[in-house]
Amino acid sequence: MSATAPVLTNLVSRGGQPNLVRIFAKEAKYEFLKSIRLPVFAVSTILLPIMFYVLFGLLLNNKSGDFPITTFLIATYGTFGVMGAALFGFGVGMTVERGQGWLELKRASPMPPYAYFAAKVSTSMIFGAIISLSLLLIGIVFGGVHLAAWQMVKMVSVLVFGCVPFCALGLAIGYFAKPNSAPAMVNLIYLPLSFCSGLWVPVQFLPKTLQHFATYLPPYHLSQLALNVVGIGQGGSQWWHVRALIGATLLFLGIARIGYSRDQGKLYG
Amino acid sequence: MTVTIQQPIRRPLRHSDSIIAELRGATKRYGTTCALNKVDFVVRRGEIVSLLGPNGAGKTTAVRLLLGLTPPTEGMVNVFGGDPRNPVNRLQTGAMLQVGRVPETLKVREHIDLFSSYYANPMPLAEVIEAAGLKGLENKPFGELSGGQRQRALFALAICGDPDLLFLDEPTVGLDVEARRLLWDEIRKLVARGKTVLLTTHYLQEADALANRIVVINRGEIVAQGSPADIKAQTAGRKIRCVSRVPVEEVRALEGVMEVKQDRDALEIHVSQAEPVLRELLARDMTVRDLEVTSAGLEEAFLALTQNNNGNSVESR
Repeated sequence: MSATAPVLTNLVSRGGQPNLVRIFAKEAKYEFLKSIRLPVFAVSTILLPIMFYVLFGLLLNNKSGDFPITTFLIATYGTFGVMGAALFGFGVGMTVERGQGWLELKRASPMPPYAYFAAKVSTSMIFGAIISLSLLLIGIVFGGVHLAAWQMVKMVSVLVFGCVPFCALGLAIGYFAKPNSAPAMVNLIYLPLSFCSGLWVPVQFLPKTLQHFATYLPPYHLSQLALNVVGIGQGGSQWWHVRALIGATLLFLGIARIGYSRDQGKLYG
Repeated sequence: MTVTIQQPIRRPLRHSDSIIAELRGATKRYGTTCALNKVDFVVRRGEIVSLLGPNGAGKTTAVRLLLGLTPPTEGMVNVFGGDPRNPVNRLQTGAMLQVGRVPETLKVREHIDLFSSYYANPMPLAEVIEAAGLKGLENKPFGELSGGQRQRALFALAICGDPDLLFLDEPTVGLDVEARRLLWDEIRKLVARGKTVLLTTHYLQEADALANRIVVINRGEIVAQGSPADIKAQTAGRKIRCVSRVPVEEVRALEGVMEVKQDRDALEIHVSQAEPVLRELLARDMTVRDLEVTSAGLEEAFLALTQNNNGNSVESR
């Protein structure tokens, strides 16, 4: 009896549970701080789409016809931006942390595993919001973009939540890529995917085969969802695009799951 | 007065042996390589157990099994009487692993703040900083720390939750002599506060200085385990060094001599007991000079244990 007494008091005094909400909030806060303080990441993910927008939307825009190109490009470069934030932030970030043992230390800690992923998703979303709001602001001030308030809210929400399938893709990359090759691998996926989905050149100006191919690509569907908000989508129902994005998310999660299982049996130097 | 026990996790502690962590017949294969082969050992409450072995011996694999980071191919892993992956068990556990790179843009204070939030009753930040010797570095980004400072920051992350059981995988790698001693002091203080520590090292001196019990591991197998004194006793006790005219063959033939090496003009004689051999040697050669008798250090013991590892592994209790 006397032997169990200290154990019991010990148990009672430390019987509490950590605060889950606090863990998720801190994890997200520090994930965001970590990324925003990394100039390579912050500058390239935020400035690149804005630079493209200013260059192709404002400076090189020859105002052909009545096509609202400055509005169009907010949706497509917005898609380009959130995709970059998710692929580089989640994909490359996780690959590096996994490959260098940091993720393992996190897994050994009592951190709820979902906190890690939730923090990465929320950071991607915040970056997505920064990018789409910046594009909107520049478009309104310098590009003569006219949108109703509800359209702006809807456009930004679509883009922010649209990062989810790309976070799933980032997760899959995170389990398969090696830290050194991850940035190159992400670029090899990111840039062709953007082009083929009509994010740089509108889909209707692409060759016929590519136009058809685009309908299999998640960025195409996200950009169409954003374009539909302002009524300049290129066809297909809203629901079709949403379904395609959900399908892509599940597919990427499935691939990530395979990578995770493969990971279990592996040894890192 | 009523005492409510929220989690029925500490049941095994009612056993008097109070085993906190154990591997039983644990085998881990990665593809065709066998990192651990039927390994058995226990860590009891309040002990510092040192897992000692050369690089690639399987120390890190043992720690990964005990942390539930990877399942054993065969055998059992028990931590706090259950699955190491149980989140409740993880709340009582802290770990310091060999991490290639830590997110470098976060400050030391921020890293500790985050890891502290994972635990129910973390230590106050100031205490963690003090214990890990990080005073004045709180606001430094991780990327600006020196190698030794990084190790101390990782140590801080392991202890910040005030866990009962600590896994320290090569904690003093890259530390200079002074920093190593400071960390040893901190590890001893943890144990004085009732914590249990499993520490891996390939520094023999470190195992000797810290551990109650040493588990020597080589090529995935346990070669010996016991107190540091036990381990030393398991190989011959003394080393005689002298310059003598007696031929090497003759010395080798003496009773109690295990090995003789010619080192320039001196002989290096490994013996189980020094006195009988010395008496014999002095009787045969009046000119013996530069005589030196030293005890075989842990270093020799360790080398002997890990090199003559062909089946005759020594079990000591």
